[in-house]
Amino acid sequence: MSDQLLSFTTLIGIIASGIRLATPYLYATIGETFGQRSGLLNLGVDGIMLMGAYAAFFTTFNTGSLALGLLAAIVVGGIMGLIMAFFSVTLKAEQGISGIGVYLFGLGMSNLLFRKTLGTVETVSGFPPIHFPILSDIPVIGPIFFSHNLLVYGAFALVPISWFVLNKTTLGLKIRAVGENPEAADSLGVSVERIRYFSETVGGVLAGIAGASLSIALLNVFQQNLTNGMGFIAVALVYFGGWRVAGALAGSLLFSTVNALQLWMQVLGIPVPPDFALMMPYVLTIAVLAFAAGRVRAPAALSKPFERGE
Amino acid sequence: MLGQVKRFGLGAILGPLMPFFATLVALLVGAVMLLVLEANPLEAYGALLEGAFGSANALADTVVKATPLLFVGLGICIAFRGGVINIGGEGQLVAGAVAATAVALSFPHWPGWAIISLCLTVGFLAGAIWGGIPGALKAYLNVNEILSTIMLNMIAVQGMNFLLRGPMMDPLQVEQGSFIPQTARFTTAADLPRLAPTRLHAGAGLAVVLAVLVYVFLWRTTIGYRIRAVGLNPNASRVAGIKVKQYIMLSLVLSGALAGLGGATQVLGLHHRMFTDGSAQGFTGGAGFNGIVAALFGKLHPLGTIPASILFGALLVGANHMQRAVQVPSDFITALNGLVVVFVVGSEIWSRRQARRRELKPSPDLHVEAGT
Repeated sequence: MSDQLLSFTTLIGIIASGIRLATPYLYATIGETFGQRSGLLNLGVDGIMLMGAYAAFFTTFNTGSLALGLLAAIVVGGIMGLIMAFFSVTLKAEQGISGIGVYLFGLGMSNLLFRKTLGTVETVSGFPPIHFPILSDIPVIGPIFFSHNLLVYGAFALVPISWFVLNKTTLGLKIRAVGENPEAADSLGVSVERIRYFSETVGGVLAGIAGASLSIALLNVFQQNLTNGMGFIAVALVYFGGWRVAGALAGSLLFSTVNALQLWMQVLGIPVPPDFALMMPYVLTIAVLAFAAGRVRAPAALSKPFERGE
Repeated sequence: MLGQVKRFGLGAILGPLMPFFATLVALLVGAVMLLVLEANPLEAYGALLEGAFGSANALADTVVKATPLLFVGLGICIAFRGGVINIGGEGQLVAGAVAATAVALSFPHWPGWAIISLCLTVGFLAGAIWGGIPGALKAYLNVNEILSTIMLNMIAVQGMNFLLRGPMMDPLQVEQGSFIPQTARFTTAADLPRLAPTRLHAGAGLAVVLAVLVYVFLWRTTIGYRIRAVGLNPNASRVAGIKVKQYIMLSLVLSGALAGLGGATQVLGLHHRMFTDGSAQGFTGGAGFNGIVAALFGKLHPLGTIPASILFGALLVGANHMQRAVQVPSDFITALNGLVVVFVVGSEIWSRRQARRRELKPSPDLHVEAGT
């Protein structure tokens, strides 16, 4: 009986952590969705996340202010998004490759700064869980839904907000138009370049926050290669979600749940080698990509630089 | 085209030199970074050069570091020329290395020539499979190869970790209870010939020979011609009767195979065992990504990729020396490589403009668009 009770509370804990772990994927995937809907493929998300994570951690570590840490991640992410946009939009660079460059830069730079300024793995006290009166104390539902910190709720709040922006506002219409048919958008007086710069910067800011959510809200540490490829997963999740915000939510939850399940299996002592459990999400992603490839259509102008007058 | 005179304008000379200018800019930005890190850029770059070329040993190490970059880079030349973006070098290196390791450990009593050729073949095939999966997915199910190759990198790493922490772990590690995730050392018969006392091994020579072969393959054979045709214009190729899907798949298969072979030479020539720190980079040293950088720098030409690989091999070797000399962490080089990639692909706009201007020149009634 007490065993069952134990595994029941464990289960609740795992579901809660599944929701929490969706946070970085959500920010990064929604950010990348903005960029891709405008026609830009940003493969540098992981590098931007790393820089955001470092900036947030370093700032919070030194000032003790979580708000400043978050702000630092936003600024650094935004700048890197702008740089990515400069190469993709203004210089019309091959996006699949310039993104790898941005990734390598972020990876190297964040490691370099980490070794130079921190040296060892330190911890900060990150965003604390928010205690909702009454709600947080409800059994089962309380711990699962009402035990998280600000950045977790922010990520989930971002889903309806970005859905609204993309689908119900003029700005969203422009973003989609520029990603589908830049020539037509251009002829109607929409500045393709400005919209793409904007979308990529939003993507950078959100990737920065995604990094911050790891370093000052979920893990509360910074170490080398903290993201371990999460940014690349986020790019895949955009395809997975069919370039829709709801799809990004589904993909993020799927990924974090699989991660949480794997934790659960370890707790229950189910003899699956952890390496295979870690492999599962990637195999699953490929399977879903294969399944989805014929059914959803990418933005028509994705990763194609816009040349006026051709 | 009538009456077109071959022009030797400034652009025609500057075009091919663009990557060098781009690198120069990257080095300048790097210098600013070094200044911010309170290191003397001249001293740092000097230490880098000395570490990479300062002695016979350093030179040999540079070539050793360049070898996997060249293997991956040659594969990248084929893939990118074929119009597919292969980001899966890391996974393909790992796949080739693991397969070669399994063979080398399975036949410890075979003579050297037999075990080495079998290991290299198996590494080649394992890489071919690891490249073939995204190839088939792209050709027949229209799955984006950038994503599938990235996913396969992650899968290869987990597979490697599982094998090295489990079935393939050195029995001695298990016996002593230390459980370091690495295999036993291979039989010395499986060691590639080496230029003692340096670490320079025959894998480097093999890579250079392959560079020539890849060049001949891409520019002097029908299959190579078709791969390039598909890369330049898949629709026109289809109309011309080329089976586009097969060639897309073939370019990824060959691309993966070369990287896999690179992985095999790494274990046979350098490490003589397989090991993991849990990440792909722990084994590959990032060669799967840096090989892409080298190939781009070599303008996706197999022969150009040779000096480019040596350049980036030198950066990697020199970085360690620089770290000791001026206390700048060697991660600086990863960041610098990132800058080089970004600036090199960013600079292509000028080469492209040059090319377009040349196309547009002979017909005066074609009005050239203003700006952008």
